Amino acid sequence: MRQDHLISAVDLSREDIEAVLDRAAEIDANPAAFRQRHAGTVLGLCFFEPSTRTRMSFDTAMKRLGGQTVDMGPVESSSVKKGETLADTVRVVEGYADALVLRHPSEGAATMAAEFIDVPLVNAGDGAGQHPSQTLLDLYTIRENAGLDDITIGIMGDLKYGRTVHSLAEALTNFDVNQHFISPESLQLPRNVRYDLHASGASVKEHTELDEVLPELDVLYVTRIQRERFPDENEYRKVAGEYKIDDETLAAASDDLVIMHPLPRVDEISPEIDDSDHAKYFEQAHNGIPVRMALLDILLSNDD
Amino acid sequence: MTDDHQLRVSKIQNGTVIDHVEAGQALNVLAILGIDGTSGETVSVGMNVPSDRLGRKDIVKVEGRELSQSEVDVLSLIAPAASINIVRDYEVVEKSRVVRPETVSGVVSCPNRNCISNADEPITSGFAVLSDGVRCDYCGAIVREKEIAANLDVS
Repeated sequence: MRQDHLISAVDLSREDIEAVLDRAAEIDANPAAFRQRHAGTVLGLCFFEPSTRTRMSFDTAMKRLGGQTVDMGPVESSSVKKGETLADTVRVVEGYADALVLRHPSEGAATMAAEFIDVPLVNAGDGAGQHPSQTLLDLYTIRENAGLDDITIGIMGDLKYGRTVHSLAEALTNFDVNQHFISPESLQLPRNVRYDLHASGASVKEHTELDEVLPELDVLYVTRIQRERFPDENEYRKVAGEYKIDDETLAAASDDLVIMHPLPRVDEISPEIDDSDHAKYFEQAHNGIPVRMALLDILLSNDD
Repeated sequence: MTDDHQLRVSKIQNGTVIDHVEAGQALNVLAILGIDGTSGETVSVGMNVPSDRLGRKDIVKVEGRELSQSEVDVLSLIAPAASINIVRDYEVVEKSRVVRPETVSGVVSCPNRNCISNADEPITSGFAVLSDGVRCDYCGAIVREKEIAANLDVS
């Protein structure tokens, strides 16, 4: 990987992505070979927002590489509560750890934090900005199940605030992927993501109805539409109800359609889909371990 | 007519004449310069003045003030055709066109209230200059040219 940090999917080249995915495949095939790879290494976990799977999977990934983690703990019990700046927090934790993972509610937090530290930093979500490590495991899952070239993907749900969507759409421009974006008009892609997609030569094909494109999709990436994005409950229910996937919806889909979701889901994918061959979202979540191990391995090796 | 003409183009003794400002942008130019009438400078503003180059233009003359580079940088974003004339003792001693910089720092605030650059952190806002606007170095928000004036961070 060319850079010392992973801040945004825009920074990732095809080579960077393939290096991580290939390493993840090696780890998947022979995890024992990596068990002591980073013995003695400490990863700092700084989560200023709640997180279950991202925090746990980075924690597990570091430990499976032989290292350890130090966790800032909840914001309520940290010095952040006393008014400490993010810039100070990361400079302090940098002294305790060999690399940092940061999640923060403000967009641009990871970009700023990286200005203040020298150890590798992974952006584990900055507000409605980016979530590039999620993207790497998404890409790994897509590659395993559908391949990463010559495919058509539909990305559906909250495209405006969904950071996993922003990172995924931008990273996919490195591949021969036909992207469709399906959302209510009020939750379409933000201006800056459109700008990046156009700048990379990708076309932005937007739809308000899934059935306009469903039959041609190889992959459907579903995201949660959040209640708090709507001024009133009725409007939310109306919109959210239109972007749900169940057996009936999938009648028009290809038999090989791969359904993904960054999780947590609420009710946008009916549990009746879970046991079908379409459902890859739990596999996707499990892929967080080898992919984050691969990412840490590469970033920490850069630092050697 | 003569009096009116003289009033419109009257010379200043020392200061800056910002000419060839896109029509309608004069008040934004004053905002960039932090001039709201309370600080005492003598200011003349011409709006929608006929111009060979622009059709219509605005012109701003500020007595007793020479612009800083950062002020000129931001001016270039909202008035890309502007020329800056520095006047000393009634003579134009320096005449230059504005040049769009590659970046601007500390003069525009990010319109994204949730951007880290709007939090209480030890950083200065920074933007990359695009062909038709600027882009926040931190959150990536894009501010179109016509929106810049509303997001000026000048006092």
